[in-house]
This record gives sequence, C-alpha cells and structure tokens, in this order.
Amino acid sequence: MNAGQSRYGYVFVSGYTLLLLAFGLLPTLYALYLSFTRNGAFVGVDNFVRVFGDYRFLPAVMHVALYVLFWLVSLIVLVVVLAIVVHGIRVRWLGNTARFLFYIPGAIAGASSVLLWLFVLDPSVSPVSALLHAMGYESLINVVAVGNLPVVFTVIAFWAGAGSWIVIMYGALNNVPVEVMEAARIDGAGPVQTAWHIQLPMLTKWISYMGVMSLAAGTQLFVEPKILAQATKNIVPEDYSLNQLAYLYAFRQNDFSGSAAISVMLLVVALGLSAIFIFRGKLFERD
Amino acid sequence: MTDQTTRAIVTNGAPRRRERHALTPGQWIGRAVVVLVLLVFAAFFILPIIWLVLAPTKTNSQLLQEGPFSFGSFDQLAANWNELFAFGSGVFTTWMGNSAFYSFTALVITLIVSVPAGYALALIEFKGRRLLLVTTLIVMLIPNTALVLPIFLELSAAKLIGSPLAVILPFSFFPFGVYLTYIYFSTAVSRDLLNAARIDGAGEVRVFAQVAMPLATPVIALVGFFSFVANWNNYFLPFLVVGGTKIPVQVGLANLLANVPAFNPTTASSIVIQLPTLALATLISVAPILLIFLFAQRFLVEGMTAGGTKE
Repeated sequence: MNAGQSRYGYVFVSGYTLLLLAFGLLPTLYALYLSFTRNGAFVGVDNFVRVFGDYRFLPAVMHVALYVLFWLVSLIVLVVVLAIVVHGIRVRWLGNTARFLFYIPGAIAGASSVLLWLFVLDPSVSPVSALLHAMGYESLINVVAVGNLPVVFTVIAFWAGAGSWIVIMYGALNNVPVEVMEAARIDGAGPVQTAWHIQLPMLTKWISYMGVMSLAAGTQLFVEPKILAQATKNIVPEDYSLNQLAYLYAFRQNDFSGSAAISVMLLVVALGLSAIFIFRGKLFERD
Repeated sequence: MTDQTTRAIVTNGAPRRRERHALTPGQWIGRAVVVLVLLVFAAFFILPIIWLVLAPTKTNSQLLQEGPFSFGSFDQLAANWNELFAFGSGVFTTWMGNSAFYSFTALVITLIVSVPAGYALALIEFKGRRLLLVTTLIVMLIPNTALVLPIFLELSAAKLIGSPLAVILPFSFFPFGVYLTYIYFSTAVSRDLLNAARIDGAGEVRVFAQVAMPLATPVIALVGFFSFVANWNNYFLPFLVVGGTKIPVQVGLANLLANVPAFNPTTASSIVIQLPTLALATLISVAPILLIFLFAQRFLVEGMTAGGTKE
C-alpha cells in the first residue's frame, strides 16, 4: 500500500462517503434513537410494544405478507417460464420484440403506474372492461375490494417489474453453452426436460437474487395503496400497509417515535435480507 | 463462437432440417401453448400503454362509451392539453419543471461523487476500502423506500423540510452508481496502465482525470440514466419532504386525482379535471422516462446484468 496513493483514495471517496453517512447511516441511527426514546427520554421497547398493540398493526402485517407471498410466487414462476420461452424463440426479431414488449412497462413506475392501473381496473373505461364485466365487476370499488388487493397489487407490481427480470434471466440463459443444449437435444431431451434439468439449475442464483430483492421491496408497499385509498375515498384503507401506518404515525398522530419504530422494523428486514445475500450469495463479489 | 458456427460444427456443416420435418401432435400442442402464452403476456404488458396513448385524444363521454382502443381526434387532444396546462394557472408545468430540476441536479451531484469513488474503490488501495465497498453493496440492495421515513425524521430534526435540498441531497446518494463505476473501473481499466502514467511522473489527480476519466464515458452515461430514472419516478420521499408548489410531477399527479369528479364525486374544488386529461397528465409524466427506455434499451439492460455475467 502506497501512502501517497492511499491519501488520494480518501479524497476520491470523500464526497460519496459524506452522502453515505448523511443519508444512509445517520437516518438509520436517528430512527433507532427515536424508536427507543420518547420526548428525549429512554423508554426501552415501549414504542415497539405500543405499535404491536395498535389494532391496525397486525392487519397491516398480514396484508403485506399476503401480497408479498402472491407476488413472489407469481414472479418466480412466470418470470422463469417466460424467460425460457422467449429464449427458445429461434426467430431473432421475434425474440427481441417480445423482450422489448415485456420490458417497456418498467419505464412507468411510482404514482404514474398506479394512476394508469386505476384506469385499467375501472370497468367503465378499462381496456379490458369486457374481461372485468365477465368476472362480475361493475365498478372500480368492486375491483379493489379489500380481499382482492393482494392480487391487484401483485398484478401492478408484476406489470411494471417482471420485464426487467425477464431480460436478466434471458441474459443468464445465454450463458448456458450451446454445446450443452445441443447434446441434450441429441440425447432425446424435449424442451421441458431441457428447461428443468439444464436451464433451471443455471438460473438458481438469479432466482434467489430476484426473490430476495422482491421480498425486501414488497414489504415496503406504499404508493399503490396510498393512491388507491385516495381514489376510492378510503374504501382501500389508508392504513393498509406498514409504511402507510408509519406515515400516519408521523403525520396524523405526530408520533415520530412510533413511526420510527415501524421504520426500524422494516429497515431491519431489508438490511437483513441484503446482508445475507451479500455475505452468502457471492453474486456481487469482485475481490 | 456464434450460435450459427457452433451449429455448423455440430451438424458437420449440413444445414439443419429439423424444423422442416412434420411436427408430431405433441409438438404442435407444445408450440401452440408457447404462442398462446407469449401473446397473452405481450397483450398484458402492452395494452395498458396503448390505451394510455389513445385515451387523451377523446372526450370524457367518448372514453366512457367508445371502444377502449378507438382514436378520438387531434382537436380533442389539443383541448385536453389546454385543460391540463391551464389547471391551477399552469401548476402542471411547475411540477414537470420541479421534477426535471430535482432529477437533473441530483444526477450531476451523483456523478461528481460516484465516479471518483468507484474509481478509488476499484484501483486504489486504502484502509477502509473493503468496509466502504461492503457497506455500499448492502445499502444498494435495500429498497430505497426503506430509508425514506428515517430520512424524513432526520430532515425534520434538521429543519430542512420544504427545501429543495431535502429532495436533491437524498436523491444524490445513489450507491448503485458507485457500484457500477466500481465494476467498470475494475474490469475495463488496468492498474498497469495507471502505473505507467505514474512512472511518467503524473500525479494521482492527473492519473484520474487524464487516464481513467476518458475511458469512463460509457459508465458515466449508464449511471446518469439509472440515477435520472430513479429520481424522476420517486414518489415517497418528495411526498413527505416538500409541499405546495415545490412538489414534483409524481406527487402532483396524485393531487390531480383529488380534482377528478369520477373518482371524487364530492370534490369540493370548482375546477375539475376530466378523465382524458388525467390520462394525458399520466402520459406526460412518464414521457421522459419512456423515451429514455425506447432509445437506450440495450444500455439499460447492460447495466442491470452488470452484477453477475462475468464470473
């Protein structure tokens, strides 16, 4: 290690390190501090106990858990199937077009995608109104009934997010040597057997990456129920998800400690998943 | 080796005839299922976007009564356009301007801090390098919404709520950008090249600015795109930390929704927004990102797969 060089190393990382401290570490520590204090006095786990005891907390956990379950299962099954199917297309322009079509909704995120889906889910204007009517839905309110929400949010998230995963899986499938695929074919393996015994094992690393990322992101559910609540006059409850509840604590009840307690719990989940993946997964190692 | 050359070797140069053989009934069914799956999902992904492009050309009653994929008229598109930009004495323009300002300023800061950081992490030995690298990876993989409420709590303690800085500074913190430049410098630039410049008497700053930077153009563009897209689409953070005329278009859209009588029959506001106008606002709000996606598709795909294709 060269002392002169290493000094410049610090200069080069200084700006980024400042931002990392200010908007990564410091907010985490401050949220931790708030979650264990009330009006500046240490109260142990009181804030957490209070939040656990809140009648809205457990339903919010259940809502988020159910949505994450639906989303993970559909994401893993459909993304893998679609990637393998698209990868099997021999006609080059057709394969490229398919990937492009799947991918393009990824441009539409946040509030914009929820607004678009408000239209799609409203039988009076929907592009698939015939389908919605056939399923017995006459108005937006019917479609977004609380029981349907995990499916509704799954569909929205899948629409915006699946395409980029399909593209990633497709890239990973390109790493399967052509010779191996060819040999399997000569040995008489059909497309389904090839997919199951050769392609799927090559994808496991990426599937677990997708699963971990999506699980962490799913627990953060906020903008979808927030905007649906607004559009339906709270028929979609404004305390549907955990982040919404944390938001209500801070903005409606002026209870920053309770809000911090919920944020800390969500942050622990996200950090835990990310750390497990970094230390066990080896996907991002370069050294 | 390309797909074709491999195939030529495997089949001893004979052209492949397999496709020309008559398909067995099983293969027919398999192929039909594949085509059906592709068509259904292509429709699922693309029909909402086609609908969104067509809806602003219609009147409210056309939207409710005509087929979902009919085209209204350009005159009606202009009328909806005028209604949108006249709303709240042109507040939609302000929102779009705010989005552009926040996203672009943050993008510039992101580049200024991440490129040297990625460079140093990849090519300079210093104490704490590994700690910084691992921390970056961990923070990069947590969803950005996970830190929003803690950042809000911190900014409100720092009395920064309501200031544009409350949006721009957190946006500028983009660990994924540092990771991308780190990967790029550690694979595309060799230490020998830098050492050669050092032996020629170049100082560290010159080595970075004149040897490494000119090689880094592709990754700068890549980080720029990702940062811009993430900033533009962010709803949660600006929703919490700015209000009034300072909100970006993502937050503004949700405010428009409150003025749509179809969704809020009891709306108190006298100025109402019709459904086609709301669709137009949604379309315009995503237009910059949609254009980036259309023209930089290959680019973005490379960035997404940067994590693990080279082992």
